[in-house]
Amino acid sequence: MTTALNAKYTFETFVVGTANRLAVTAGRTVSENPGSAYNPLFIYSGSGLGKTHVLMAIGQAAKALTPTLNVEYLTLDEYVEAFHAAIAAGQGDAFRRRFQNVDVLLVDDVQFLSNRKEMQSELLRLTEALQGVGHQIVLTSDRPPPEIADLDERLISRLSGGLVVDMGVPDYETRVAILRRKADERGTTFQPGVLETVAGLEFANVRELMGALNRLVAFQAVNDQPINAEAAKQLLGAAAATARSAAPAAPGVSPGAPRSGDEFGAFLADVTVTVGKAVEAWRARVAEAILRWEGEGYRTRRLERLLEQETPAAVDEAIAEFATDVERLKALAAEVGELDPQAAGESVFRDPERMREAEDAAAQMRAGVAPPPGPSGAFPLSFYAVGPSNEVAVRAVRAVLEHPGKKYNPLVLVGKSGLGKTHLLNALGVELARRNGAVVACLSTQAFIDELIAAIDGNRVDWWRARYRRATALLLDDIHLIAGKERTQEELFNLFNLLQDRERQLVFTAPAHPNTLSGIEARVVSRLEGGLVAELKEPDRAVKRTVLERLLTGQNITAEPALLDYLADRPADSVRTLVGVAQRVVGAAVAEEVPLTAGLAREVLEGQSPREAQRASGFRTSGIVVSSLGGIKSREKMVWDWPEVTDRLIEELR
Amino acid sequence: MSLVNFTTREITCKIVYYGPGRSGKTTNLHYIYGRVPDSRRGRMVSLATQTDRTLFFDFLPIDLGQISGFNTRFQLYTVPGQVYYNATRRLVLQGADGVVFVADSQARQLDENLESLQNLQSNLLEHGVDIRTMPLVMQYNKQDLPRELILSTADLDDALNFRGVASFSADALHGVGVFETLKGVSEMVLKRLAAGSTA
Repeated sequence: MTTALNAKYTFETFVVGTANRLAVTAGRTVSENPGSAYNPLFIYSGSGLGKTHVLMAIGQAAKALTPTLNVEYLTLDEYVEAFHAAIAAGQGDAFRRRFQNVDVLLVDDVQFLSNRKEMQSELLRLTEALQGVGHQIVLTSDRPPPEIADLDERLISRLSGGLVVDMGVPDYETRVAILRRKADERGTTFQPGVLETVAGLEFANVRELMGALNRLVAFQAVNDQPINAEAAKQLLGAAAATARSAAPAAPGVSPGAPRSGDEFGAFLADVTVTVGKAVEAWRARVAEAILRWEGEGYRTRRLERLLEQETPAAVDEAIAEFATDVERLKALAAEVGELDPQAAGESVFRDPERMREAEDAAAQMRAGVAPPPGPSGAFPLSFYAVGPSNEVAVRAVRAVLEHPGKKYNPLVLVGKSGLGKTHLLNALGVELARRNGAVVACLSTQAFIDELIAAIDGNRVDWWRARYRRATALLLDDIHLIAGKERTQEELFNLFNLLQDRERQLVFTAPAHPNTLSGIEARVVSRLEGGLVAELKEPDRAVKRTVLERLLTGQNITAEPALLDYLADRPADSVRTLVGVAQRVVGAAVAEEVPLTAGLAREVLEGQSPREAQRASGFRTSGIVVSSLGGIKSREKMVWDWPEVTDRLIEELR
Repeated sequence: MSLVNFTTREITCKIVYYGPGRSGKTTNLHYIYGRVPDSRRGRMVSLATQTDRTLFFDFLPIDLGQISGFNTRFQLYTVPGQVYYNATRRLVLQGADGVVFVADSQARQLDENLESLQNLQSNLLEHGVDIRTMPLVMQYNKQDLPRELILSTADLDDALNFRGVASFSADALHGVGVFETLKGVSEMVLKRLAAGSTA
């Protein structure tokens, strides 16, 4: 029943001029804050001036900002038709309910409410219902509410209660801008002055203007010959505009001859041509650019100064430079807006003459928001030993690297302690951080919680949020540590949604599948499960052998294959256990000053006490603390260095 | 007054209808006023005596709207024709961008026409303006009167138009030649834009 929004009708494709600026601004505001800004918004204008375009643009923009919004566009006729059908089918209530669930309702051409009492009361009821629940309603008409014949007083006051704006006939510059844009869209180029001439002719509305442009396009295509301004004018039958030069009086002028109907119109057309010739084309281009950027809210003093000159050089370059600066300002404002939405509205971001100040302000903002902790460089991906036990996870990581934010988002790496989750997480972080403009936040969940607590304490949670909102990827180690931390879960939930919406990669590690973790809210769990959960299993022989080889090579020890085979064949539930075992054998060889052989290893390991065999595992977290500076400290390694047994006991009691 | 203001993007043309008393200057303005749509014209200010003689001056502002990015306005003035209002004439002439000299075509008015033309020249000089540099057109009004009473446009050209400017035959009461004259002077004024003389 409702019409789909035409993808062509967006704010971007709408040429804004003085006559319609208010309506467009109001429309944009409504699309950004549906239900709260101007409700209802009532736009009226003559036919063919862009009501439907703006109406659909509101819908598209609102939908783009919040994809979950239920946006419906329909003309009043469609609404009436649907209503009648529903009544006939005895489904009047269902009809009402259906529209009451619409978040943004766009109704076109409500002037046809004239003399339709039952529809008026239905619309009144609907408007009240939508407003009651804070849903937006936007209406268009060819006249303001009080001028719609026979309209219920209550409906008039209801419709006038939000904002009533009109859209006028576009002025000359806007007409030129529209013609240029449409000619561009059609891929047609005209000789200089043609479009300006067409814009100078009097057309009642934009639709007629488009008709005129279509004729020119067709004419030029058929004739294979570029049309010139004069020919264009003749083709469009602008008889009134044909200039009649002021011929000196001849004796034959007959006094009292009938005067032509629109002498003023003819005079105006003549003056237009004269001014057009006199005011150089470059001035018109500058004036047009000023109008455009002014319309978008930028200060145009720099362009205005061009107009004050007699014959400035490189006008087009100056206009292009201005446009580039505006683009840069837009980028800066967007960047700053992410950090501090209020600061983005400052005038400095609207004035291309203050580029330096704007850059400085943005730089200050950036400096004020230190980047979130990054991944540790100590974990290169190339060092990660791959085998059947972790192949799935490594493949997932590689897929993420190919399409960050798009393929597996979030990616959750699960596995017991010591299987290399932290290594893989940091390795992924390091690779992601290599990209241009990447801001990778990679830290332990505990550090994340501590930062939040410090931010709450320092009353700068906004700042803390801004830091993470900037991130192009968020990688949290040991996500299960948020269990029971309600505020962290709340913040993570919001951050998760925001980053995921922007297609930014999220990666987590956990000791077990998210749905088995206790103390985590269902909404967070369901999000963690929404991407890919990849499991790392106990290291297989291939992984173990690679790890041992690297470890010993790293210590400049050439190990005999029999030793490697022996160690790789021994059961080890994690890489970390394996490393601990190998270190013990190496330590024994050094202490006893004997060669490192399989035999020695057998002697050392098979004589070990059961208590010591257990020691290597059992940390609740990965046990590896990664500092943001890139250093790495393994608590276990430090344990091995401790000479006193009492110290070890204390560590175990923790 | 500046003709073109690039800062505010305005073009303002001040055009003065000059000529001897009763030659039809105010009639020109009245005719134009009647032809300009309400939305485009300002209030016509006319300070006239009980006998409809212009006491001070007439003023008709016309808004031509946006032209080539410029808000274009015409301000049409008339001067009082009678000899003793010379101070007013000089005042009105100040800052004029163009002048329409409305001559009375009646043969017996030839001296008044000549006298007024000389007066125009000397008043312009008072403002430091050489009449040869001022956009000027001649309008020979009342060409609808019986042939025996008036001079032909050729005769008037010979007698008055020794500078060879554009001249227009007119019957201002019925509008003949009124807009042609206005167009003529406007074009001359506006063409100065192209020549770069924007002061």
